[in-house]
Amino acid sequence: MNKATSPNGATPPHERDIKTIVNAGLARRHAAERRFRWYGLTAITLGLAFVVLMFANIINKGLPAFWQTYIQVPITFDAAALDPEGQRDPRALAGADYNALVRAGLRQLFPKVEGRLPLRALSALVSTDASYDLQRRVLADPQLIGTQQEIWLLASAAVDTFVKGNIDRGLEEANRPIKDNQIDWIDQLRAAGKIERQFNAVLFRSGDSREPEQAGIRGALMGSFFTLLVTFLLSFPIGVATAVYLEEFAPKNRWTDIIEVNINNLAAVPSIVFGLLGLAVFINFFGLPRSAPLVGGLVLSLMTLPVIIIAGRAALTSVPPSIREAALGMGASKLQMVGHHVLPLAMPGMLTGSIIGMARALGESAPLLMIGMVAFIVDVPKSFLDPATVLPVQIYLWSDLPERAFVERTSAAIMVLLAFMILMNGLAILLRKRFERRW
Amino acid sequence: MQPLLFLTLLLLSAGAYYVGRRRALAVAGGHIRNLHSLPSFYGSYAALWCGLPALLVFALWAVVQPNLLVDWVVAGLPPELRDLPPDRLNLVVNDLKNLVGGNFVSSASDPVMVEAAERYRQLRAIGNTALWVVVLSFAIAGTAYAWRAISPAFRARNRVEGVVNLFLIASSTVAIFTTVGIVLSVIFESMRFFRQVPVAEFLFGLQWSPQTALRADQVGSSGAFGAAPLFAGTLLVSAIAMLVAVPIGLMSALYLSEYATPKFRAFAKPALEILAGIPTVVYGFFAALTVAPLIREIGSALGLHVASESALAAGLVMGIMIIPFVSSLSDDVINAVPQSMRDGSYALGATKSETITRVLLPAALPGIVGSILLAISRAIGETMIVVMAAGLSANLTANPLEAVTTVTVQIVTLLTGDQEFDSPKTLAAFALGLVLFVVTLILNIIALRVVRKYREQYE
Amino acid sequence: MSTTAIDTQIALNGALNRNAPIRQSAGAQVTDYDNRQTVGKITVDNPKMACREVNVYYGQKHAIKNVSLDIGANEVIAFIGPSGCGKSTFIRCLNRMNDTIPAARVTGLIKLDDDDIHAKEIDVVQLRARVGMVFQKPNPFPKSIYENVAYGPRIHGMVNDKAELDQLVRDSLERAGLIKEVEKRMLEPGTSLSGGQQQRLCIARAIAVNPEVILMDEPCSALDPIATAKIEELIDELRENYTIVIVTHSMQQAARVSQRTAYFHLGDLIEIGDTDQIFTNPRHKLTEDYITGRFG
Repeated sequence: MNKATSPNGATPPHERDIKTIVNAGLARRHAAERRFRWYGLTAITLGLAFVVLMFANIINKGLPAFWQTYIQVPITFDAAALDPEGQRDPRALAGADYNALVRAGLRQLFPKVEGRLPLRALSALVSTDASYDLQRRVLADPQLIGTQQEIWLLASAAVDTFVKGNIDRGLEEANRPIKDNQIDWIDQLRAAGKIERQFNAVLFRSGDSREPEQAGIRGALMGSFFTLLVTFLLSFPIGVATAVYLEEFAPKNRWTDIIEVNINNLAAVPSIVFGLLGLAVFINFFGLPRSAPLVGGLVLSLMTLPVIIIAGRAALTSVPPSIREAALGMGASKLQMVGHHVLPLAMPGMLTGSIIGMARALGESAPLLMIGMVAFIVDVPKSFLDPATVLPVQIYLWSDLPERAFVERTSAAIMVLLAFMILMNGLAILLRKRFERRW
Repeated sequence: MQPLLFLTLLLLSAGAYYVGRRRALAVAGGHIRNLHSLPSFYGSYAALWCGLPALLVFALWAVVQPNLLVDWVVAGLPPELRDLPPDRLNLVVNDLKNLVGGNFVSSASDPVMVEAAERYRQLRAIGNTALWVVVLSFAIAGTAYAWRAISPAFRARNRVEGVVNLFLIASSTVAIFTTVGIVLSVIFESMRFFRQVPVAEFLFGLQWSPQTALRADQVGSSGAFGAAPLFAGTLLVSAIAMLVAVPIGLMSALYLSEYATPKFRAFAKPALEILAGIPTVVYGFFAALTVAPLIREIGSALGLHVASESALAAGLVMGIMIIPFVSSLSDDVINAVPQSMRDGSYALGATKSETITRVLLPAALPGIVGSILLAISRAIGETMIVVMAAGLSANLTANPLEAVTTVTVQIVTLLTGDQEFDSPKTLAAFALGLVLFVVTLILNIIALRVVRKYREQYE
Repeated sequence: MSTTAIDTQIALNGALNRNAPIRQSAGAQVTDYDNRQTVGKITVDNPKMACREVNVYYGQKHAIKNVSLDIGANEVIAFIGPSGCGKSTFIRCLNRMNDTIPAARVTGLIKLDDDDIHAKEIDVVQLRARVGMVFQKPNPFPKSIYENVAYGPRIHGMVNDKAELDQLVRDSLERAGLIKEVEKRMLEPGTSLSGGQQQRLCIARAIAVNPEVILMDEPCSALDPIATAKIEELIDELRENYTIVIVTHSMQQAARVSQRTAYFHLGDLIEIGDTDQIFTNPRHKLTEDYITGRFG
């Protein structure tokens, strides 16, 4: 092996002096040891660095999305234009031309602007939602009519992106979404204190939209809520019942063996295959509606079931047999023993497993793409059968859109999603800590 | 969906519980000792009889009623509408349903349709009233039956426990039905696909362009369903992922279990497992918007051409996702190696790394191989990362800098958007699903077996 | 530190020797159970290892209390005592196996020849190559019989080529008395052997690196009587070339294989002396009680 360092080449191996031999190789071996240790440390540092990097990357991108640019515009709620008949009839009020109010307000700010194109550029400073905003205000409070108000209107996405410093002024005008004259106006507004960033309530208030500044995650959140509710209502009772049956009642035979192997395998089946199942069985065979949280919940509950069953069985096995014997010894039936003694003791563990399963279901998107929960849906779903999407799918949909403002919102949506996941996992850890028992 | 009826039924059941309990106490003359079971069991017995049959009727009704209504309304339509071919008729029925739902549809002005919708509404109202009557009578009849059955010698507990037992057994079969459902749905649709495209061509064909097969007569002759490039792409991305995940995951596990202080381990292990909890869509976003451009830039700085949706970006990020999977499985496996092995090696004067590479790893090898197999199966089935970061064009290449597509990407592409369900394009997705299911299943079964055998060895 | 320790020890010996006149009658001279000073002569003429005032702590627990003794070259010394007395803990100090237990702390002086085994310039790798160890439960590596024995020589780079290694493996197996049984099955896994054979394989594995001292921690406790007898025979043969320290819970075994015996009780070294004397004429009441089976 190491001819050079072995001083005892001539003596038979058994009489060689171990002390000198070992000494000769020590430096090399310790170097190897340090190297190996360093590999390990590098690996784990890399792994942890990825965690930090991903979070930093997402937060860095997404944090600005929680603020949104607004422009203060003087709006004259002209009674003649809004309500010529003076009846304050909501229908008439709803049908009025609020766009004109916005345009007039902007012209009031910049009276010198002339010409069709510059005027159009001027109105492009505010979001197309601004007129609906005014409509909502008037409908909510008809007293506004006839007054003049300084109103903060939602700026357009391009303005917002520019104000957040994500558009380079140095770019050629044709290459940026915001033009020279608009930049000029923004600078003036800024100097006058008429442009500011406010908390982005729209993000939490509205459904999806093609306009980034109007797009929100409310619809996706409600979709996720309904989907997870179905998932929980189905998978928790069935999962607990299966765990109880397999652990406490089932005879150990071929049949239960098959169930067990089957559950372990189901836990490792790719999620997209569950989507195929949902499409073929729930939608095509049973004719349930596409894009519905009900179907999403059905698919996800089938996916979550193995997780809950496995956690449930672990929780049940951790209850010591002495408790079962004690209950049976008192003359309780097997079901009473389980219901009164074993299940309550195992419940925290089962809940922990279920919450972790639900957190996974919350982050799942692939199977939901298969069953049509990937559509562009503006309305916030109100029931289990309304077309809906879920938060992770919303993230997927937005991530495809090129606008910088959507990139920002995608990251913000991811932050919300991660916050929910952290909340759920934290709850699970808390539950485990609180009810952990050592027998 | 009739939430109100459902709630009423629940309330009735609660009432039946109370009635049953009271009845039991009454027949026992107020002495629980005279009863076979506890009074609550008699209550539960009555509640079950009240709720279960009614619920069954309810469910059956809910499934049957809409179809019956449609049939009746269609039967009442004028013949020129009634005798339309099935797919056209379906459109009419859809319009009708929208009309009933109060949505705006193009045929809203058609008096025939308006009339039909009106009839549909009437029938539905009658049906719903009938449903209430029938379900409630079932509930009351059930309660009455239970009430009559209750006597001191009546074994209420056994009956109730029987029902609970049935529920438990039924629950445990859900997992079986899920598997059966998966197998049947992918096999059934794949069979239809393979009737149009030969199996050999699908598995070994080098040309994948499902878009050309929009018309049925092009299928087969065009040879557009050769999935070999997809398999190659999947393997390439998975291989890159494993090249990232296995060394990092394994070395992390070794460091944590053999070198790290308990304090560091208590911090680093859960921190690393955060990676496993992050939703895959987040990885996809990270891959598509951060890693892919980065690799592209690095590539162009080195004078390499990198596709914007390179296999490398997707594989790299997928590898990161799988790190905790490999590390926590390996950690379990390494910890299962008995301490006496380590002692034996240390006592001979081996260093830690010598002990790890020459004793621990060979001893843990089957378990580690098992966990790597599980990780591979995970990589093959991973969808969102590749959907977001890998390409759509089926390239047969081993160059990680080029764009490739994978089985899961194609399944998603083929099945999202609106197509009719019978086209070979959608059926191809199920054939790919079948391949995916079979491959991952085999990997999982082998892996679970290997790991189990390994564990038994040291128990 | 070493000089002070030895000075103390000399003083200690003097005191002990004054109190220890040789008497051949039965019955102990130290009848006070609370007297935990070592009785008997702790030194030998040609020591291979010397331990002075060794203390071991497991966290808060004081597992070994001020133990001093010599281990003579080419002798078999047996450590006996009731379970939990610290004999295994003590033997693990001799090749610093306690280093692998994070909570363990060892103080005092332990010398191998002239080297302080805790000294900076002594590498634990080298120490363990010089002081081999055989464990309570046979723990062959999950490798072939050949690879089990070749493991030590390979990691230490003891041989120059395959032929030498083959020779070394055969020699070691021969010295461990196993060669006849395994000659034809060198490539089978070590775990395929019977328990007694596995333990002899572990001994072969230990002697393959040509250590100076072999520590045996209850090497026969997991074996049947016939296998035990073989191992005991082997220990006797090995004495020619090696110094052997054996921990045993069996007094008969200690009597059969060892020349000197040390009796441990709750972390104290109670009595040490020639094996014949310890078993026929114990001088401490605790030793006598243990030997006569009053506890243990």
